[in-house]
Amino acid sequence: MAFFFQELVNGVTNGALYALVALGFSMVYGVLKLLNFAHGDLYMVGAFIGYFVIQWFGGPTALTIPVPLLLLIMFILAAGVVGGLGVAIERFAYRPLRDAPRIAPLITAIGVSFFLENAALLLFGAQYRVYNTADFISLSSGIQIGSVTIDSVQIMVLVLGLVLMVGLRELVNRTKLGKQMRAVAADREAAEMLGINVNRTIAATFFLGSALAGVAGVMAGLLFNQVNNTIGFTAGLFAFTAAVVGGIGSLPGAMLGGLLIGLAQSFVTGYISSTYTNLLVFALLIVVMLVRPSGLLGRAQLQKV
Amino acid sequence: MSLDSQPPPAGPQVGADEWVARQAHRREHLPSWLGVAQVRLERIGWWPRLAIAGLAGSMLPLIGLGGFQLQVGIDALILAMLAVGLNVVVGWAGLLDLGYVAFFGFGAYGFALLSSSQVGIHLSAPASLPVVMVGAAILGLLVGLPSRRLIGDYLAIVTLFFGEAFVEFTNNVAPGTLGGPNGIVGIDPISAFGKQITANTGYYYLLVILLVASMAVLRLLDTSRTGRAWRAVREDPLAAASMTIPVNRVKLMAFAFGAMVAALAGSVFAAQQISVFPTDFDTPYLILIYAGLILGGVGSIAGAVTGALVVTVIYDGLLRSPTDSGYLFYGLILLTLVVKLRPWRRLGAVLAATAALGFAAHAIVGAISASAVAGGPQSTGWIADVLRDWVIVPANPQVPGNYGFVLLVCLLIALVQIKGRWRTILLVPTIYLASFVWETRLVIEPAITRQLMIGAILIVMMIARPQGLLGTRRVEPPT
Repeated sequence: MAFFFQELVNGVTNGALYALVALGFSMVYGVLKLLNFAHGDLYMVGAFIGYFVIQWFGGPTALTIPVPLLLLIMFILAAGVVGGLGVAIERFAYRPLRDAPRIAPLITAIGVSFFLENAALLLFGAQYRVYNTADFISLSSGIQIGSVTIDSVQIMVLVLGLVLMVGLRELVNRTKLGKQMRAVAADREAAEMLGINVNRTIAATFFLGSALAGVAGVMAGLLFNQVNNTIGFTAGLFAFTAAVVGGIGSLPGAMLGGLLIGLAQSFVTGYISSTYTNLLVFALLIVVMLVRPSGLLGRAQLQKV
Repeated sequence: MSLDSQPPPAGPQVGADEWVARQAHRREHLPSWLGVAQVRLERIGWWPRLAIAGLAGSMLPLIGLGGFQLQVGIDALILAMLAVGLNVVVGWAGLLDLGYVAFFGFGAYGFALLSSSQVGIHLSAPASLPVVMVGAAILGLLVGLPSRRLIGDYLAIVTLFFGEAFVEFTNNVAPGTLGGPNGIVGIDPISAFGKQITANTGYYYLLVILLVASMAVLRLLDTSRTGRAWRAVREDPLAAASMTIPVNRVKLMAFAFGAMVAALAGSVFAAQQISVFPTDFDTPYLILIYAGLILGGVGSIAGAVTGALVVTVIYDGLLRSPTDSGYLFYGLILLTLVVKLRPWRRLGAVLAATAALGFAAHAIVGAISASAVAGGPQSTGWIADVLRDWVIVPANPQVPGNYGFVLLVCLLIALVQIKGRWRTILLVPTIYLASFVWETRLVIEPAITRQLMIGAILIVMMIARPQGLLGTRRVEPPT
């Protein structure tokens, strides 16, 4: 039973991570109806930024600044830079195609993803960069319940993930920007007629979504320790699955989907075999899509004639 | 030389507004006598043109295409077949299939299992090819089934995951039969009626024949009832359904036909390569197929083939040797400038300023620190001699090259955003920086450069010319 709970904890932690990536993905889909395939690669960029922040401040064993400050810098820098990158991508690649046939931005998004992945390969090489989290954060200082351990990084990921999700929910539901985002998602033209600056709202959405992916990338670096240019694709697929399973465009759905995918991954790895993890997660997605195309919490769209 | 170009439309066409169709037709033809020649050529009809193209293609080995070039030709033909098949699904039926490469893989693995010592079956090609193709068609129907309920993006998702699942499946399931990451090796060559094709020349001819045959079949299909039904479903499924078109069956047929062509290409690929590995059928190859189709023009057979040939020649042929890739890179820059910069004075000014900037920068940096220019261009051939005193290449070029790359991407984005005189001025440092990045980084890493190029092709084509080189622009009703 202890094994079960340990897998449960791991699954929830990974789920929080996927949920963060899925949230950004789902937000972008909400306002632009665009499957942003480049989202996973933004996560990869975030992970690399975290790695280089550690290196700038002396490397994992000889840090020149206190660990909380380091983490703060990592998260803020990753969120800012990746958010900016997301806005730039939107401005450069997606905005000219806003009224193009639906297939055009999708293919552009694939191109952007491919470009980012290979640009990272050019800049950083193919080898894995290692965070060495254990050297500067004591993993044993977590919570021990019976034989189940929740280490400190997992606690941090869970707490930060929860804070960000609640924050995002409040932002979307309570603030003026959130209202504008919902309006643009509902009907872009009508929103524009009501005086909402659609371009700025979409850019803000991209910034928020990408920043979440950047933060998730740093978390992934701390949690899984390894970074290279291909992690974005896999994580992107998982987040994609999470967003779709929960109901694409729905923010609670993205969180639920992330949690489900994290749990599924963790239990399949723990109880069956790690070779089949990806296969089963993908199969899960296909089944959910077939049974309930609009996802668990999504609403079926009525087709207007 | 578009296979799909038609005489000036007399009435409204499916998929194109009348006015737009006329406008596009007018614009499609070159001015003066070139346009006249083009119209004459179009009057010939599609099948003589296809025959001429096929004959011209099969001449190539006779005039001295051999060795490595022949391999590039085979890769190009395989990609062309895949692009033509993908065009059925994406171009005609308008179903975004992101798992298409899995059918290619299915064909390759199917042929490998039926004609190798892996499971001990050695069928000859006339027996195994139909089995593989029918199998692929059935798989296509299965994958297409979600298209009954899912539209647009959702279908793209499901098919993408189907493609990923195929790679995972071949990698992990039944390693005894499928070989896992080690794939299947020792595949029989294609053999029929007691003869075996072992030489690459033979595969080249076989592929030319298969490509021409599939183009002809698909062309006939396109103008048939089914082809019209595909386009009707693409434009508006609801309207098509109300015209008694069996929408679901028509969609499934598109999937099945696309899958069959892909499986055929996959079988030949497996036989020619003698081995198949799961990584051959991963996302990068899917993106390559899409790049070919997009470059040529979605919805046009000739476009798909042209695009695939161009993409392969860039990807496989030119970017392999530093001299050839130098021609490609600098040629492309010059061509873009000549086409896009008017009047000639402006073009001359930009080129002169770029040259002056380079020599000045090289002289200044060289005077400050000798090691900063010690590297010399990484290109080879006469390009390197020309550039030696122009482009700065430090003795240790990697890190500056990386920063240059990031800066270059930023500059390119800025270049697209700003307008007017500043754009022309910014062009000068951008060209110089591009050359710097090329000489310090890109030319050394051809494997990465070509991937970057494919990504860039997808982005740039979609923004600048979504209809591709040979396609026609479509007007979509606002959703």
